[in-house]
Amino acid sequence: MSGKDEAELSRLLRAAIAGDEKAYADFLHRIAALVRGFVRRKIVQGGVDPEDVVQETLLAIHVKRHTWRQDAPVLPWIYAIARFKLIDAFRRRGRRIEIDVDEIAETFAEPETETVSERDINRALDGLPPAQRSVVSAVSVEGRSIGETAAKFGISETAVRVSLHRGLAAIAKRFGQGRFGRE
Amino acid sequence: MRTEDLIKALDADASSKAMPLRSAWWLAAGAAIVIAAVVFLLTIGPRPDFMVAAHTMRFLSKFVFTIVLAVTAFGLIRALSTPGASTARAVAWMAAAPLLVAVAVVLELLMVPEALWGTRMIGSNMMICMGFIPLIGIGPLAIFLWMLRYGAPTRPVLAGAVAGLLAGGLAATFYAAHCFDDSPLFVATWYTIAIAILALLGALGGRFFVRW
Repeated sequence: MSGKDEAELSRLLRAAIAGDEKAYADFLHRIAALVRGFVRRKIVQGGVDPEDVVQETLLAIHVKRHTWRQDAPVLPWIYAIARFKLIDAFRRRGRRIEIDVDEIAETFAEPETETVSERDINRALDGLPPAQRSVVSAVSVEGRSIGETAAKFGISETAVRVSLHRGLAAIAKRFGQGRFGRE
Repeated sequence: MRTEDLIKALDADASSKAMPLRSAWWLAAGAAIVIAAVVFLLTIGPRPDFMVAAHTMRFLSKFVFTIVLAVTAFGLIRALSTPGASTARAVAWMAAAPLLVAVAVVLELLMVPEALWGTRMIGSNMMICMGFIPLIGIGPLAIFLWMLRYGAPTRPVLAGAVAGLLAGGLAATFYAAHCFDDSPLFVATWYTIAIAILALLGALGGRFFVRW
């Protein structure tokens, strides 16, 4: 992690907030790798799946991106959220951990590895109202565009965007409240 | 769902907009001041001799304490609601209001004969003070806790307590315009207790309401 990373990530997130989807995809891929490296280093004993924490952190970064001050460094903001989500994951499983913030500097990016375990996010997704659930699944798992999803369900693109946004916000909220199953 | 798939969904939602937290805090502060003012004016209102009292040091000093508390707490809560923001300087500034009160208390003890210390401290309004500061502050506190939910405080209980101090400083500024007890001895005792009630409520709100 270097000053160059910092400048590049800040630039990408600023562009993304201004509406550049390509910059946002680039930004999300890079921070997913960084957060994965950070989380894997911190989780030495079992019980918490690093990839669950990576996904929770990405969702939190997404729904809280208005809390980033565009003139402030972006990496401390990202790691503060990752650290909060990691501690939360341990707390839910009845463990206490102390995380030294300074160790963040040693973090390096890691690629996603395929795992067979059931993800927290799938359970959260299952708990959504049907309309939101099918839109979120279509855009994520099935990899459809907004337009293709609108055509598939015979609804407007605006309706797809609204369902997607509400669905993601609802999943993030469930994670924040520690609720993962169906209600 | 793989992380790769999640990123697709987040990216497709890139165009959703939310007001920057910094602007939202100013809006919230404005709304909180209006609510506190309305509750204050509908209930107790300013004391009748407000203009005369405004020429005395003791009366004015109350506003210095409460406004300094509100301003410093506002600085700290904005930092606490932003992940990764440095809070050290804002925390240090929080000492300003208690220090000013402490200095005023010492001056008061030097100026007022010992026999009067008790009367000055007890004052005539303490129950009203302890009732109305929380009453005026509860609406602002609700707004500030809601703002903490809108933000992303990594220490929600602390942030909630600071929301209580901010609401308390704001409410006490209005209450000070009503209260006839101007002695720093009264302020240091009863205002502190009333504001502490709001801070405690704020901490509880932070614990149970501010999840993200």
